Amino acid sequence: MALYLIRRLMQSGFVLIAMSLLVFLGVYAVGDPVEILISPDADQEERERAVRALGLDLPLWHQYLVFLGRALQGDLGRSFVFNEPAIQLILQRMPATLELAFGAMFISVLIGLPLGLYAGLRPDGRLSKTIMAGSILGFSLPSFWVGLMLIMLFAVQLGWLPSTGRGETAMLFGIRWSFLTGDGLAHILLPAINLSLFKISLVIRLTRAGVRETMLMDYVKFARAKGLTPFRVTFVHVFKNIMIPVVTVLGLELGGTIAFSVVTESVFAWPGMGKLIIDSINVLDRPVIVAYLMMIVLMFIVINLLVDLVYTLLDPRVRLEGKA
Amino acid sequence: MNTLEVKNLCTHFFTRAGVVKAVDGVSFSIGRGKVLGLVGESGSGKSVTGFSILGLVDPPGRVVSGEILYKGKNLVGLPEEELRRLRGNRIAMIFQDPMMTLNPVLRVDTQMIETVLAHEKVSREEARQRSRDALGMVGIPSPDERLKSYPHQFSGGMRQRVAIAIALLHRPDLIVADEPTTALDVTIQGQILAEVQKLAQNLGTSLVWITHDLSVVAGLADEIAVMYAGRVVEQGEVNAVLDAPYHPYTHGLIGSVPSRNKRGEPLRQIPGMTPSLLSLAPGCAFKTRCNRADAACDVMPNLDELSPGRFARCVHPHVGAEA
Repeated sequence: MALYLIRRLMQSGFVLIAMSLLVFLGVYAVGDPVEILISPDADQEERERAVRALGLDLPLWHQYLVFLGRALQGDLGRSFVFNEPAIQLILQRMPATLELAFGAMFISVLIGLPLGLYAGLRPDGRLSKTIMAGSILGFSLPSFWVGLMLIMLFAVQLGWLPSTGRGETAMLFGIRWSFLTGDGLAHILLPAINLSLFKISLVIRLTRAGVRETMLMDYVKFARAKGLTPFRVTFVHVFKNIMIPVVTVLGLELGGTIAFSVVTESVFAWPGMGKLIIDSINVLDRPVIVAYLMMIVLMFIVINLLVDLVYTLLDPRVRLEGKA
Repeated sequence: MNTLEVKNLCTHFFTRAGVVKAVDGVSFSIGRGKVLGLVGESGSGKSVTGFSILGLVDPPGRVVSGEILYKGKNLVGLPEEELRRLRGNRIAMIFQDPMMTLNPVLRVDTQMIETVLAHEKVSREEARQRSRDALGMVGIPSPDERLKSYPHQFSGGMRQRVAIAIALLHRPDLIVADEPTTALDVTIQGQILAEVQKLAQNLGTSLVWITHDLSVVAGLADEIAVMYAGRVVEQGEVNAVLDAPYHPYTHGLIGSVPSRNKRGEPLRQIPGMTPSLLSLAPGCAFKTRCNRADAACDVMPNLDELSPGRFARCVHPHVGAEA
């Protein structure tokens, strides 16, 4: 186990370095920030001073090494626009995105698992077919459109829920959270629902497929032959087996949601990381873009590691070994 | 009173392609402590018969007619909750593939204790004691430690022993064993057979032993019922049937056992394949593969008592000089 973790961390280090190179080169290839940052009527001397201040006069490899050296000390550069450390900008926005992503995950599990279970246990029922048809809608409707429709219905027509911003926040561990206040909860509800629609469908389909597959297994029939109640057969014998694929996919989805909830954050004017990255791309704020992508890579590595660890809890056949 | 009496059992599967009569009018009975060998090829309906007894036939299949009398009580049409209380308690089952019958993500103790608690209100500690004793009874060394293991930490033979221990937890009156030794090595097979025979005798448990292996039946069963295409074609005391089978199918089955051949001779076999249950022609189902078949076989023969205690469903049985 310890050996496994060490190997895993070393691998993660290599992934981070490789990604930093890719990200740095990719971002470097797009546009020249000087054109955007410096007013067109600045003279040559002013331009050169600015370029030197930003370190853009050095050769590319040198810029990269400087970046890497600073990154190792936790400094991912300063935003050209805000003139603040990029990492600090991102961390400021992170709680908003995190609570939105976890809210969406929570809703998708809360709704998706029971519906998927029902559809898997009664595959031919009318309700099951309705659920499955609904899940196709959840998959295929574009989220910006659904977001607009939610705002139209619940914010504009019915006036039940607010449509923009985080609302009132409360402090916990020195961070502002929306979900701790009633007003904040009302604000988070619509974007979280919007973000969760796709995931609800995903969980429904995964759960249903898992249940249908597991119900045919000999051990389920044997469990019934032992005289166990249908409740125990379903919620112990079947459930523990279907959780394995569900946890995998949800883990990956969680990373994706945190990293790329751009559309939903834009539609609902949610001040999270997604909105920050879109704004930064628009003004070519390189350090923020690079820092953001590096954070996302790091996050995926951590989430994958956690998923692997959860596996060992769910499936005793999985043993994390050094050679994995 | 007999422990189990099956009368004219019909279990059909209603598929899109048509009705599959997997079990079509099967009758037999088993006394206390007796062993019935239910023999047949794949698809002859022997496993479905076993599942029908426990009420575990899954849709699109269901028991359409007949009676399954457990100690005189008809199990067909019994409410699910009453059936559940019998399953694993008075009537237990052992499955074919020990690699698949234990839930891979639950510990052995969980799977045993839940079986005890499903039928009796005892403390967890007592349930654990009983589970440990049952493991010891089927010859698993250091049962206390093994209880904490997961199924994948056992070998195939050991897993089947665990399954048998689970079946024995409530000292059932009847165990339906669906080819429980088919997936095991011959040596392990012998051990398990001896173990089960001993336990069944000591506890007075009756057994329905489903198998396609005649040598297993010969050593274990008191009575044998040979199934073909959903029907019993021959039935009787095990040694009498195996020594002088009446039905040409039983005859062919016994002839197919390789050890009965002389060296160098090509192995004997029954020509053809088991017929599709979807498109059974009227009359004897075996006639297409039978060298004795003629026009008289186009009418389904009855299961007649040809000699005392010996039944066969055939127009041209191997009886007397004809054999």
